[in-house]
Amino acid sequence: MIKIKNLEKYYSKLHVLKNIDLSIEQGKITYLVGPNGSGKSTLIKSILGLIKKYDGTISINGKIINEDSEYRNLIGYMPQSASFPENLTVKDIIKLVKEIRYQNIYDEELLTKFVLSKEMNKRLKNLSGGTIQKVNAALAFLFDPQILILDEPTSGLDPVSSNILKDKIIDENKKGKTILFTSHIISELEDLAQNIAFILDGKIWFSGSKNELIKIAGESNLERSVASLMTKSIA
Amino acid sequence: MSITLKIIKYQVKDNLQSRWIIGFFLFFLIFSYWLISFTEDSHKVLLSILNMIIIVIPLICLVFGTIYIYNNLNYITFMLTQPIKRNAIYSGLYFGLIISIFVCFILGVGIPILLNILLFTESLNIVILLFITGFFQILIFTGFGFLIAIQNDDKLKGLGISIFVWLFFSIIYDGLILYLLQTFQDYPLEKLALGLTLLNPIDLGRILTILKFDVSALMGYTGAVFEDFFGNNLGLFISLTVLLIWSILPFVLGQKKFSDKDI
Repeated sequence: MIKIKNLEKYYSKLHVLKNIDLSIEQGKITYLVGPNGSGKSTLIKSILGLIKKYDGTISINGKIINEDSEYRNLIGYMPQSASFPENLTVKDIIKLVKEIRYQNIYDEELLTKFVLSKEMNKRLKNLSGGTIQKVNAALAFLFDPQILILDEPTSGLDPVSSNILKDKIIDENKKGKTILFTSHIISELEDLAQNIAFILDGKIWFSGSKNELIKIAGESNLERSVASLMTKSIA
Repeated sequence: MSITLKIIKYQVKDNLQSRWIIGFFLFFLIFSYWLISFTEDSHKVLLSILNMIIIVIPLICLVFGTIYIYNNLNYITFMLTQPIKRNAIYSGLYFGLIISIFVCFILGVGIPILLNILLFTESLNIVILLFITGFFQILIFTGFGFLIAIQNDDKLKGLGISIFVWLFFSIIYDGLILYLLQTFQDYPLEKLALGLTLLNPIDLGRILTILKFDVSALMGYTGAVFEDFFGNNLGLFISLTVLLIWSILPFVLGQKKFSDKDI
């Protein structure tokens, strides 16, 4: 479980995260929703240890993350867009990450399903954005991590690959994995979400199950519920 | 193998295929070959190569070091989400680039010298000193390039500062010393000039090598003071220590800044 308590973050005078209290439930798929500039990325970056200066605490499985980098063994992260050294091949990047993470068992299902075997010897500068995104996804799942953090996971993927990734997310969740993802297109991934955390202007306005949110908002689906929540929050 | 070494291995593999690094290699190769084809006087050739080292290498390392961090920001972010320490990533990127630039420098300058080895048999000690000077310039100014990029998120500002640092150490600093010497010419300033030279890594590299060329007589009394200082073991020890401090300082400052930085 990821527990965030009283998280405050300033970028010089800009107050980006305002007293965030949030629990990402173990074994659940949590959908972090919020418009651009609401603080989603800063929150994810804080969990990943990319943000160093903040007030409050973030703990994973009861252990507060601070200077230690070991906790990231538990996490698989898929960024919205990653770039790798352009003259290396896909094989090199996979080898590099494998060498860094000291693990013997790998989950190579996405490498197979995305048919990345034929791209293995190609340099990254010769790959399309979509293929690099597939490599990103495969790397996030490769080490069979307990926690998966996926930032806009389907952006840049074609519909077939997007469905493969969605199926994989569902499968991993069935195995008890904790999954946190963001997406700005609500309808695209709403069927995956079990819990929702709605962030706006650096504050968490709602955190709970999807059904609870739909009930509170009195709307028919998640997209409308979020829209209704946003309207109320702004008002 | 430590994680830093693993990162270095892949960085070097990437860098050695980079168009920039291949371009630097060709530049060093063509320039050195061209100089050698001009004259049979090995001292003249080596003096010109020295000038190239102390002007071009700091510029290349500063600008390329700065751009390198900016261009690899997404990759750095990805690496930081892996279970590795920030210091390992910083050192891996730094030494990966140092090794690559040094390899293209040593091959670019070394191949033409090797092809004309008979010309340089009597000045091999100067050739080695040239490579050592070049190595220190690469260490120092790549460190500065990294430090500037880590401290400035704005690419344009970072590049501007890099170019200014190069201008400062290679031109402005000497101008200031000349101005000082001219203004206070009635006073004995040789030791002050010596002290100020020690504080500039480019001047230090230049003087250390130039004194081996028997041209210090042209530098008058100051030249004699310099030769006296750099010619004895203590002077040489002090100058190498200062060069070492210059090499470590920007790297350590950059690493410290990087380990506390919000990415």
